[in-house]
Amino acid sequence: MTVIDDISDVPTPDASLAPLLEVRDLHVEFHTRDGVAKAVNGVNYSVSAGETLAVLGESGSGKSVSAQAVMGILDMPPARIPKGEIFFQGRDMLKMSGEERRKIRGRKIAMIFQDALSSLNPVLSVGYQLGEMYRVHQGLSRKDAKAKAIELMDRVRIPAARERVGDYPHQFSGGMRQRIMIAMALALEPDLIIADEPTTALDVTVQAQVMELLAELQREYNMGLILITHDLGVVADVADKIAVMYAGRIVEDAPVHDIYAKPAHPYTKGLLQSIPRLDQKGQELYAIKGLPPNLTRIPSGCAFNPRCPMAQDICRTDVPPLHPVGTARGSACHFWKETLGE
Amino acid sequence: MGRYVIRRLLQMVPVFIGTTLLIFVMVYGLGDPVAAMFGDRTPDPATAAQIRHDLHLNDPLWQQYLIYMQHIFKGDFGKASNGQPVTELLGTAFPVTLRLTIMAFVIEAVVGIALGLFAGLRRGRFFDTGVLAMTLLVVSIPTFVTGFVLQYLLGVKWGVVHPSVGEGAPFKDLFIPGLVLAGVSLAYVARLTRTSVAENSRADYLRTAVAKGLPRRRVITNHMLRNSLIPVVTFLGTDIGNLMAGALVTERIFNIHGVGYQIYQGIVHNNPPTVVGFVTVLVIIFLGANLLVDLLYAVLDPRIRYA
Repeated sequence: MTVIDDISDVPTPDASLAPLLEVRDLHVEFHTRDGVAKAVNGVNYSVSAGETLAVLGESGSGKSVSAQAVMGILDMPPARIPKGEIFFQGRDMLKMSGEERRKIRGRKIAMIFQDALSSLNPVLSVGYQLGEMYRVHQGLSRKDAKAKAIELMDRVRIPAARERVGDYPHQFSGGMRQRIMIAMALALEPDLIIADEPTTALDVTVQAQVMELLAELQREYNMGLILITHDLGVVADVADKIAVMYAGRIVEDAPVHDIYAKPAHPYTKGLLQSIPRLDQKGQELYAIKGLPPNLTRIPSGCAFNPRCPMAQDICRTDVPPLHPVGTARGSACHFWKETLGE
Repeated sequence: MGRYVIRRLLQMVPVFIGTTLLIFVMVYGLGDPVAAMFGDRTPDPATAAQIRHDLHLNDPLWQQYLIYMQHIFKGDFGKASNGQPVTELLGTAFPVTLRLTIMAFVIEAVVGIALGLFAGLRRGRFFDTGVLAMTLLVVSIPTFVTGFVLQYLLGVKWGVVHPSVGEGAPFKDLFIPGLVLAGVSLAYVARLTRTSVAENSRADYLRTAVAKGLPRRRVITNHMLRNSLIPVVTFLGTDIGNLMAGALVTERIFNIHGVGYQIYQGIVHNNPPTVVGFVTVLVIIFLGANLLVDLLYAVLDPRIRYA
């Protein structure tokens, strides 16, 4: 492999103060036979080193697509990024060459996927797949890479790493497989990790262990973490801030405790109410009416208006901007004050 | 892994008995081998009876089969009607057909996989459409047509190659026959590889490989190709038998004195020991190739190895 041309050597304007990653006005669309599906429609968010941002939303809200755009692994075509900027360590990644972006992947930004069984190659041993990171990016020999792979498996607390390094993904339990995915992301000590629903495919007990491990490693390496999830329960303990997405837009953006205490958007409020709670045992579970919109035909005005209990005429005509709520919050609702006040 | 091999070997036993019994009954149950031995002349009844007795032709068919099998396991395939031992015929014919089969197999595997891979990676583009159209054309034309046309054009009209294969069947003479023999299978391999590659290119683990920052070349060779080739290998293995059977037609066209030629002669001159002997060996080769495929399959896919 060629020698690493270190991207961090490029002078970045006050890199210590600027966020690690800053997504500005990102748009992603897919050209399909049914028309243009607008998956992401002007998303802004940022993550600093050591910070955890949770991106919350239903399937089809654009949370995964925006992350894949950051990672640079969207299939283009059919995907297209007509507009937006993705600044990583001060440089717009959308203006980089394919080769430059490839060198960031895995080394500076790593990704953890949802279903570890299908996301790991079934015919290659886990040791090979872990060691590959070192062999490709650092030019290590097969033997040294294997030693590093064992070290990594130890670090994510896989028992008997030395004996299991030659095993294949299907020989591990779900939780252990997800640990291997985490180990793979961690291999080159990246600055940012994007975890796309890392615990969705796991048992509830294992979910907690995997989340804990991820949070612990994040603290240890002072990495930025983007946690994509639809599970509010997962978010509460680990996230610093939350961005709630709906139909390709961020509808609410706030520090984690503010959201749980007082949601400023009817959609967030609906999500919080639909969590089963022990003190409401026996009552009917709340559900948000209707379905997420078809992305080829997003409703005019606020995309949430057909499902919103508070919708007025203005919601059907005007797209609400992200209103500042206090200092560090934003809500894209015309009636954010009313939502908060209730 | 050991258990897997033993199970596979045991499964081969009933298949071997079934196929050889079938061919034995078909050949010995129909026609009169003794009459065929004497051709146009009428044999002396006493001599004929003696031969019938010596060859156990008066015993019931199932006993004849058992006797035949006993002899085979001692390496005795009997004699052809001209008195030549069948083993001698096997010894001269099989190396020739094997060379032809190897030639066809290499062409089929290399060209088929290469075409399929590039078509699969460029789905819906010009190259892909071209491969699809071409393979459809190849599949639709019978082997003897492509054989005769290529033989006439390249061999007779333009004189680029020998129109028939020379003594000892050198590889350079076998290229065109090999291509003709491989034709249809090559088209299948190309299509199978294309579909497999296209399917795997959407797999989650390939997205992971890209997210790891691996160069595109490595993503394709190390992560995509191995997974995509699993069904192709299965096809290639079972096709070894088909190629040998298909050689019957190709060998006639290019005048190659291999297995196909001998079986043809055996059938035309009603010569049971030759036909049964050759078919039995073909069955063994076919079974061997299938075993090899199953083992290779387990090597390529660890999920089968440990199942």
